[in-house]
Amino acid sequence: MTSAQVIQLLQSAVCFGTVIMFGAIGEILTEKSGNLNLGVPGIMYLGGIAGLAASFFYEFNNPAPNKVVCLLLSFIAAFLASALGGLLYSFLTITLRANQNVTGLTLTIFGGGVANFFGGSLNTMAGGVGQISVAATSSIYRANINNVTDLGVVGKLFLSYGFMVYLAIVVAIVMAWFLNRTRTGLNLRAVGENPATADAAGINVTRYKYLATCIGAGISGMGGLYYTMDYIKGTWANDGTIESLGWLAVALVIFATWRSVNAIWGSYLFGLLFWVYLIIPGLGRKDIELFKMLPYLVTIMVLIAISLRKKRENQPPASLGLPYFREER
Amino acid sequence: METVAAVQLRNITKRFGKVVANNSVSLDINRGEILSLLGENGSGKTTLMNMLAGIYFPDEGEILVNGQPVTIASPKDAFNYGIGMIHQHFKLVDVFTAAENIVLGLEEEGKLNLKAAAAKIDGICEKYGFQIDPNKKIYDMSVSEKQTVEIVKVLYRGADILILDEPTAVLTPQETDRLFDVMRNMKADGKAMIIITHKLHEVMDVSDRVAVLRKGKYIGDVATKDTSPQALTDMMVGHAVTLNINRPEPKDPTPRLEVSGLTVYDAMGVKRLDNVTFTAMGGEILGIAGIAGSGQKELLESVAGLQPISSGTSIRYRPIGHPEDKDGIELVGKTPLQIKQSGVSLAFVPEDRLGMGLVGTMGMTGNMLLRSYRKGHGLFTDRKAPKKLAEEVLTELDVVTPSVNFPVRRLSGGNVQKVLVGREIAQEPSVLMTAYAVRGLDINTSYTIYNLLTEQKLKGVAVVYVGEDLDVLLELCDRILVLCGGQVSGIVDARTTTKEEVGLLMTRFKKEGEPA
Repeated sequence: MTSAQVIQLLQSAVCFGTVIMFGAIGEILTEKSGNLNLGVPGIMYLGGIAGLAASFFYEFNNPAPNKVVCLLLSFIAAFLASALGGLLYSFLTITLRANQNVTGLTLTIFGGGVANFFGGSLNTMAGGVGQISVAATSSIYRANINNVTDLGVVGKLFLSYGFMVYLAIVVAIVMAWFLNRTRTGLNLRAVGENPATADAAGINVTRYKYLATCIGAGISGMGGLYYTMDYIKGTWANDGTIESLGWLAVALVIFATWRSVNAIWGSYLFGLLFWVYLIIPGLGRKDIELFKMLPYLVTIMVLIAISLRKKRENQPPASLGLPYFREER
Repeated sequence: METVAAVQLRNITKRFGKVVANNSVSLDINRGEILSLLGENGSGKTTLMNMLAGIYFPDEGEILVNGQPVTIASPKDAFNYGIGMIHQHFKLVDVFTAAENIVLGLEEEGKLNLKAAAAKIDGICEKYGFQIDPNKKIYDMSVSEKQTVEIVKVLYRGADILILDEPTAVLTPQETDRLFDVMRNMKADGKAMIIITHKLHEVMDVSDRVAVLRKGKYIGDVATKDTSPQALTDMMVGHAVTLNINRPEPKDPTPRLEVSGLTVYDAMGVKRLDNVTFTAMGGEILGIAGIAGSGQKELLESVAGLQPISSGTSIRYRPIGHPEDKDGIELVGKTPLQIKQSGVSLAFVPEDRLGMGLVGTMGMTGNMLLRSYRKGHGLFTDRKAPKKLAEEVLTELDVVTPSVNFPVRRLSGGNVQKVLVGREIAQEPSVLMTAYAVRGLDINTSYTIYNLLTEQKLKGVAVVYVGEDLDVLLELCDRILVLCGGQVSGIVDARTTTKEEVGLLMTRFKKEGEPA
């Protein structure tokens, strides 16, 4: 095991972690409103494909794309598409009071289907080798200080990433501050814990649930955007990776005990566990798959640990997964 | 000089589906006055007040606050008009502190400042004589502390019209007295107060005026000093009800259930029952009295096989019709199903009425089926017998429901209880244990339940009745076992004992530990 290997492992862990960190932070916001949105993988799909498609059509029609437009177009398209997924989920579960688990799983299948359909179409449209590439946009997402000046190990470890890696950390910290230090955050947590109480306190439960779910979905979708633009460098593959990462994001919510700051180190730990086989020599293909199970294994252990400790603060929001209807008796 | 009433309700009507909960109710609420809202279960008291608090919206009618017509479409509107309601089931977030709960939903200027809120809370507490710690988590609080948080919450919002929905149902007598003192303080401060309660002595004790609802209709109001419990009961039920409970002499009592050395620890390792020994006789009603949480629940659950029991305990049981079996059957070590099948029945009515025994989303038939599904023919369950039973319970106990298939969760509390108790009695048990069987029930329904229990007693059943109301225990039971801190502090003859004696036994062990 060389130091280069270790650095590569840590870098892989951070990149991998960033994808699921976005997914998990968005889902934490959603779950704090009492909505268990299992559509995270689908929403990440929607965000990924929307961002990719938007920049593809822009680059396709403009030989000399403007970098700011590239960035804004893909970013806004990804956020809106994901938020729309959240809106669909909200309408079904909040307004129509459909079962949250079923709706979420359906959304995952829907998002995957939509993304792979359009992803495949884009690949065909791109012609050539049948692989699209949004080089201009992807290069903005991947621009980093370490490429400009060589800062040694420190640069490789901390400064070699695209801006979304740092954005994820900022969003996680802002989320923690919002949930714990602001009036709106307090109200939102009350909605997720006990909507009848929040309602009686004059909080508009429906509005909070809608907003938290849509914005949460938008943030989750950023994971998909980061995946397509940075992680796989502005391309598309119908290989189902986003879905498996989406489920890891859901697991990370539990691992982080619904605290977004915990999701920061938790996501990197998941990344480390996922890629740890890189530094273990002599592994066959099936051994690698075994190692990739580690994050799930750790989540199960965390679940057992927090169940045993029975600390009230570590439990999921009390009304998670339950519909709310004021006049129901 | 007559001032304008704080709140005037004019011809308010509210329907839930086919059921009319309030039918053209008109009512005035004045400042500096405590108004009791009295009525049987399902008479629409809580529904009426929920419309003031913005939980429900009236189908017809008008609400005036300080003489001005207003629309109260949400709880927020209610706060804006100074109306605050303390609900029967607390509306608090368990994982929040008292202060967080109190500021919840407020739109104050500036950012969230819990320290300033705590200071303001302390000020309110001082003014009216409350005691709470703003930084204590709700899940660490006693029921009475939670209620205090609820009251402070509405005061913090500047409410001057307070509605308390059955506030004393969960309090000990001492806590009730403290609450009433606080209410009198608030009355002196010029606030308008409405208290919903079933307990007539509390109505007489605390209120200035009593308004009576019956089946959703407003019957009338009367100054408390000009009325009596008997007159109020007549107004509530519409016809005179004898306050005396029919209590025949026990019929050849035979030992039915002998409990000796019953000791129970809870999951946290705290001793809940300590060496409890008693005999429940067939043909009599054994009352169990005690302050809430003295081990009543654990006692019943142990007999029913639902609690792990410490060694050294013996529960001997002799079913009806087996006098030759001298030693009886040992229940310790048997499964709850075996115990149930041998004829020990438990009708436990928890605070939420649904938690134990009923499945909320199922109808009456489905819930009857829960007791009989094993009696089906092979693969298929027998649905006819439970349906017939459901219909019997419906007619005999006067359950108000659209159909026997209507989800019991959506029935009113009293009706849910009738379904539960009715089902247990229909099992023809040899031992019938009931806990809080009349909790939250109106007088008429309570008597129906008392008579059902007495009927069982005359059949030779050993009835165990865990109750809250001492007056009822004294009139209904043959003997009363008093629990105090998990120990039996005495077993008294209900015919000769006094309320004072039982009350003393209920607190005896506590008093020894405390300095005089």
